[in-house]
Amino acid sequence: MEIKMNLISEDKINSMTVTEKLRFVLDGVKSGDIVVLEGGLTSEEQMKLIELTMTEVDDDFPGIEMSGYPSKKGFLNIRKKTRLTVIGPAKMMHTTKKDKDFISAIISAV
Amino acid sequence: MKSKRRWKSILTRLRRALSFRKGTAKIGIYGPPNAGKTTLTNRIIHTFVDENEDVGLATEVPHETRRAVRREGVTIDLKAKSLEDPNSDLNSESEVKRKRGKAKLKLDVVDTPGLATKIDFHEFMAYGLEEDEAKKRAKEATEGVIEAIKWLDDIDGVVLLMDSTEDPYTQTNIIIIGNMEARGIPIIIAANKVDLVDATPQRIANAFPQHSVIPISALKGENMLDLYEEMARRFR
Repeated sequence: MEIKMNLISEDKINSMTVTEKLRFVLDGVKSGDIVVLEGGLTSEEQMKLIELTMTEVDDDFPGIEMSGYPSKKGFLNIRKKTRLTVIGPAKMMHTTKKDKDFISAIISAV
Repeated sequence: MKSKRRWKSILTRLRRALSFRKGTAKIGIYGPPNAGKTTLTNRIIHTFVDENEDVGLATEVPHETRRAVRREGVTIDLKAKSLEDPNSDLNSESEVKRKRGKAKLKLDVVDTPGLATKIDFHEFMAYGLEEDEAKKRAKEATEGVIEAIKWLDDIDGVVLLMDSTEDPYTQTNIIIIGNMEARGIPIIIAANKVDLVDATPQRIANAFPQHSVIPISALKGENMLDLYEEMARRFR
């Protein structure tokens, strides 16, 4: 069975509103895709994604697996620079190792 | 839009800084499922309110707490406690004389459901629950996660509990910490379960060097004085 990956550029992500981003990610993941976001989601957006995901959990969709590099401090340590985030269906994706600059995950077909 | 959010964050921090010392702080006990949140909340209540009062049931089944529970009117008063109860766990700590001081904090403790990105009813069946019961628990657990997230809007400080035997560098822990930092909410990390032989609280301290990490055992009452002192210092 094939697994589809969607690699989304930072420019495309930045052109969306928060609601559009979350909907875009969750729709992709619920379709069985692995979504990789260049530039990633902020921690607030990730928390909102968890909240949205929880409203859609059912017997067939237990939720998401999400991994990302933590944000970097930006200008004057005020503005944070988000980095890559990868999100997949919890049934298919399992993060095996992770640190601030490294993510290892197993993706398997259901 | 981002600039507007940044100003909102700065204003929130300023408001908290000005109002924090006036009244009772609402302190949320957060963390992943099975980190020991309810065990810690019960210990705080047992130590400073009533040794027979439980805010919730702590079991090995994940998502046992599926509704946030707020216990109002808790006063952490280390000096008064030591006078009233000389046999309490507070006096079993080493260097207690040096550490005991004026540490006092009025707070409402909020025991929150565990935060997770996935809730699979099959996991509950592995603990012996029937399918219908497992599905019901899974549904309630999803609502609990949402409730825990919504509580963040009303919280003045967070004790983030992590299991010292587990890898602390999970996305959920990173998200909680990132949200607290963005909101300007003070946070203490409690590295729980240090009574277990495979506990490595130093791994948590290494993963999050920018935050206070206090190794504790909420179950056995180990090192609780350090946590209470830190709570009084950070949340007062």
